[in-house]
Amino acid sequence: MERRAIEEEINKLQVEKLRIESRIISLQSQLNQNGQQKQLDDKNLSGWKTTSSPPYGDHGLSKELIYRYSRHLLLPDFGIQGQANLLNSSILVVGAGGLGSPVALYLAACGVGRLGIVDNDIVELNNLQRQIIHTEAFIGKHKVESAAAACRAINSTIDVIEHKGALLAVNALDIISKYDVVVDATDNIPTRYMINDGCVLLNKPLVSGAALGLEGQLTIYHYNGGPCYRCLFPTPPPTSACQRCSDSGVLGVVPGIIGCLQALEAIKLASSVGVSLSGRMLLFDALSARIRTVKIRERSLNCDACGENPIFTKKLFRSFDYENFTETPIFDLSCENLMLLSKEARGSSNEYEELLNNGKPHVLLDVRPAHHFQIASLPNSINIPLPNIEKELFTIDSALKEIGQCKETDSLYVICRRGNDSQIAVQILHQNGYSTAKDLIGGLISWANLVNCDFPIY
Amino acid sequence: MAAEEPKSEKGYDDDDDDDDDDETKSVSVNVLFFARARDLTGKSVVSLKIPCGSSAGSTMERLLCMFPRLQEICKSMLLAINEEYADESTLLKHGDELAIIPPLSGG
Repeated sequence: MERRAIEEEINKLQVEKLRIESRIISLQSQLNQNGQQKQLDDKNLSGWKTTSSPPYGDHGLSKELIYRYSRHLLLPDFGIQGQANLLNSSILVVGAGGLGSPVALYLAACGVGRLGIVDNDIVELNNLQRQIIHTEAFIGKHKVESAAAACRAINSTIDVIEHKGALLAVNALDIISKYDVVVDATDNIPTRYMINDGCVLLNKPLVSGAALGLEGQLTIYHYNGGPCYRCLFPTPPPTSACQRCSDSGVLGVVPGIIGCLQALEAIKLASSVGVSLSGRMLLFDALSARIRTVKIRERSLNCDACGENPIFTKKLFRSFDYENFTETPIFDLSCENLMLLSKEARGSSNEYEELLNNGKPHVLLDVRPAHHFQIASLPNSINIPLPNIEKELFTIDSALKEIGQCKETDSLYVICRRGNDSQIAVQILHQNGYSTAKDLIGGLISWANLVNCDFPIY
Repeated sequence: MAAEEPKSEKGYDDDDDDDDDDETKSVSVNVLFFARARDLTGKSVVSLKIPCGSSAGSTMERLLCMFPRLQEICKSMLLAINEEYADESTLLKHGDELAIIPPLSGG
């Protein structure tokens, strides 16, 4: 007990230490930003901001803006007219994550007149591998604040509007209506349908990008008579088909590439330059270093959103339940939500810790994929990935034999990352005669949170 | 991946083809899997022998037999043949590339 109390005290102090360290980083960054702001103010005095000199000529650009955007103006296909169009345009970026990071940075840099950013999330350490607009100093702060600060740091001459909070059916039309072009940089299917329907109702072009793992997709919906998202996918894919980065992983640069292409298409639309990707979908395959552009279907006359007899009105839209329609939650809950097993077939991390402390012989089966198991695992656990369990029951049998137990033992425990797959595994085990196998509620994340804060969470 | 016995989707009239004839009248196509279709099949490409005159729809049915897990996305995906939009009735020729593209949603 003595030892445990000391360990608890150590854990508490470590948490406190982390909190203090992050507070120091945050204060240091504030200090830096104040310093930068002072430098900015000094520069403004020397007169490089748009307000400091009057427009030069008919296009409305001041000499400072002509200098800032000179490399755009030198492009014969873009020129002063393209830049002037851009400066007079407004673009809404929905999502300040992996896709939204490069989108917002490039749109700010290139001089979109008004740039809106919507996001509901807080910056977390595990975002920084791909969400390059955020920095360590902003961990724990709103992504919108962080993204807006980064955009303003690049270009203080544009209007950056922060829409803190989720884009939902109740507020989407009000927000979207304030912009000329919408960029979908979100990470979930219900929001994708909602943004699409909102853009169709308000007649805004939608630059839609998506990325997961080592693949990306990009197209423009509802532009120039082209199709909308619902024309292509009238039936939403099942939840199991809508993997998230937090489940499947994503190589950081992949959304970066798609985001850059989204920024490019948004800039082309806003400046009225070039031929858009409308009617075509770009498919990026990082693993084989291949980009394909596939022609997609025309607008569907039967489309619920943009067809001849659309079902959506603004009123219906505001009350439409997109989570129910797609059977997928908008927010990434990342916690156990399956409830397949009875209470008796489940154990807690604390119970398992007690069993370890008592030295009770048992078998711990870890059903995560092998590459997860390689990241971190509990001592003496056996890894059999969920899809292989039925094929590898003999492995469990021989492990049980080693501790002198049989199938009906109450010494067989199953763990996974979050406590969902472990329940499925226990069901399979029960069906195969391991009648008292138990899973550990909340998986390794619970273990790390409740028992051992040194155990890595990923 | 060899052609199965053609079922109802023969694109030609003769009912009494023997096996040799089927062989000459089958065509090879490549099927490309993207996004979730890649997870579900464990492959990014398969080459497939299909009866001459097969449609994208009948080829899809054949793929569902080979990879039953594809059922998950078959109501929500795009089909393209040689990078051009295809619907279920579009016919495949020898050497065609059929792409199966479910939507990605991550960001």
